[in-house]
Amino acid sequence: MKKKAFRAAAPYTLPICAGFLFLGMSYGFLMKSKGFSFIYPMMMSLVIFAGSMEFVTVNLLLAAFHPLHAFLLTLMVNARHLFYGISMLEKYKNMGWKKPYLIYGMCDESFSVNCTADPPPDVDRGWFMLFVTLLNHIYWVTGSVLGALLGYAVHFDTTGIEFVMTALFLVMFIDQWEKTKNHKPALAGLGCSAVCLAVFGSGNFILPSMASIILCLLAGKKRNREETEEKEW
Amino acid sequence: MVTTIQKILTIAVVAAGTMLTRFLPFIIFPEGKTPPAYIAYLGKVLPYAVIGMLVVYCLKDSFSSGHYAIPEAIAAVFIVILHKWKKNTLLSIGAGTALYMFLVQNYFR
Repeated sequence: MKKKAFRAAAPYTLPICAGFLFLGMSYGFLMKSKGFSFIYPMMMSLVIFAGSMEFVTVNLLLAAFHPLHAFLLTLMVNARHLFYGISMLEKYKNMGWKKPYLIYGMCDESFSVNCTADPPPDVDRGWFMLFVTLLNHIYWVTGSVLGALLGYAVHFDTTGIEFVMTALFLVMFIDQWEKTKNHKPALAGLGCSAVCLAVFGSGNFILPSMASIILCLLAGKKRNREETEEKEW
Repeated sequence: MVTTIQKILTIAVVAAGTMLTRFLPFIIFPEGKTPPAYIAYLGKVLPYAVIGMLVVYCLKDSFSSGHYAIPEAIAAVFIVILHKWKKNTLLSIGAGTALYMFLVQNYFR
């Protein structure tokens, strides 16, 4: 049963394997170039297992200690997981001991495979989803460690390597932009943050950005509803 | 200077925050409870907005201090064009970062 589920799950994770090894390595290498031992990226990839937040955490670790700010920023950056969870309430039902790990390891990629993949009917779904999650977790930790170890072996000027995070988010932004016709949420995110950055400065703009984004989005929802109601009239 | 204990605490706080976002729905909505409409709505739109915020977060220092603003702008435009053209995530990230590193190491020291 396990073998069959593993064979069904592994092909789904291959593209993720390539992506996670590359991104994980960039992350590990970045951490090493900022002076952290490979233990840091290894442990962070193991326990946090949320790629974009781990990149953001590099900055948090280099800046002054501010746990509340770190916590709130984490909630905001990872708020999307709330909605993954809501989508997976049904699928993760009755999974017994596997359920806590399935939820623990629910990164974007594990979610997208487990949410959309249709394993053959004779494959056990619980084991299938467990292997998808576990394989992704392994790829990510392996990538981070390899990247950090590479940082010990290779010595070249790494000035500017931190731009890998900007590049990552920029690419995610473009991908999301092209997936939808409604660009208002994306523009609200950019706009509110840019205004808050201008008003509050680079040290203090995240919290007001988060608050104004949520207000903007909720106001947008209300207006949308009123518009559709008017049309119905 | 941030101590090791503080670093470990920060990592623990980030891990706890991440886990809270992953486990909360399963705690609030056990067995067949339907989430309210505005939660479902935020679930649809928030991911788009947050990535926008993260882009600004990454560029915050060049916005405010002007340091490296030109190479960041060049590399960002390059990534947008390359990604629209090739639609290859790893290529866009790899080439964009390489270009930025080349620029700051050779022309914008």
